[in-house]
Amino acid sequence: MSGRLAALLRRDLARLFIGGRRGGSALPVLFFLAVAMLFPFAVGPDAPLLARTGGGVIWVAALLAAILPLDRLVEPDIEMGFFDQWALRGIAEELVIAVRVLAHWLSFGPPLMLAAVPAAALLGLDADTLATVELGLLAGTPGLAALGVIVAALTAGLRGGAALAGLLVIPMAVPLLIFGAGSLAPGGESGLALTGAVSLVLIAMVPFAGGAAVRASRN
Amino acid sequence: MQECRLAARDLACRRGERILFAGVSFALEPGEALQLVGPNGIGKSSLIRIVAGLMQAFGGAVERTGACGLVDERPALDPLLPLGEALAFWRRIDGPTDNELARLGLSDLADVPVRYLSTGQKKRAALARLLGQDAPVWLLDEPLNGLDRSAAALARELVAEHCAAGGICVIASHQEFALPALRRIDMAEHAA
Repeated sequence: MSGRLAALLRRDLARLFIGGRRGGSALPVLFFLAVAMLFPFAVGPDAPLLARTGGGVIWVAALLAAILPLDRLVEPDIEMGFFDQWALRGIAEELVIAVRVLAHWLSFGPPLMLAAVPAAALLGLDADTLATVELGLLAGTPGLAALGVIVAALTAGLRGGAALAGLLVIPMAVPLLIFGAGSLAPGGESGLALTGAVSLVLIAMVPFAGGAAVRASRN
Repeated sequence: MQECRLAARDLACRRGERILFAGVSFALEPGEALQLVGPNGIGKSSLIRIVAGLMQAFGGAVERTGACGLVDERPALDPLLPLGEALAFWRRIDGPTDNELARLGLSDLADVPVRYLSTGQKKRAALARLLGQDAPVWLLDEPLNGLDRSAAALARELVAEHCAAGGICVIASHQEFALPALRRIDMAEHAA
């Protein structure tokens, strides 16, 4: 069983990190950096304003970057018959989805946290704010990954599923955004704990919601 | 070969508002094969998916002992990977096997990405995956589609060997299969 788990994780990581011609992890990270770079151009070189709003910009950019890989998270494996073959071998959809969340988070969470360092420099954030942003991303990106997988599984096979997935993630990510970006306000440190709590709830839900969605797509 | 048995009682299938078929029953012992024939859209593929447990039957029940291997129009191989690596994923899932690539004449294609393979080559790759799975019950949905004459002969040979070794085979195909213990169900007789 652990051999099968390792095989699944290895395949997911290879697909999501490198991702062939479709960009892999590089695409969300570049997108994230592009947003952080565009923002100073748009609001002008007002350093105090940038420093005050920069943390929030990083959070919004992270949320939008998490939407990019949604269309290749679940749908291709349903379409190519992978989920059917796994089911025949007694590998539950819940297990596959749990492994996928882990792989998805590894492929965009840590790279995004690394990219937040240059993004913070572009926005002129000080070291304390950057540390809070990093902690917030550590607490919040697992929730974003879980949310992404749930929505990708629910919209797999629907017409216009990819666009719909993006639209669905945004409102459902609002709690993560409020607590995560809220932790940057003076005295808002408890926001970090709440961000982590939201992430934990989402992670606990995702195998069951995702597994049920994949099974429902068969009929 | 693991012990296997496959029986269906009074199966019915509904797609949307329409009943596709009803009252399909059969029982297969080790070494026996069943061929499903009938016009397109009569529900052969649906019956195979019901037997595999991937689709809910509208009525009736399936009793099955032994693992199930399925070959349908989707090869379940990563299109971007070379064929050898795409099959290696299934070897890691199913356990190591002897060289089924050579058996299906795919040795030369191990370095070719799956997306460059032709329909027939993908079908042969799917058969290689099936061989590696070592399942006693084979469910084959149009296994000869896209195969050239020699590959089709090879596929028939594999089916015959599987049954001779005590496996069970359910085949949905318009082509003839010559097997000692082959039964046929004409799905048109069960159309609702």
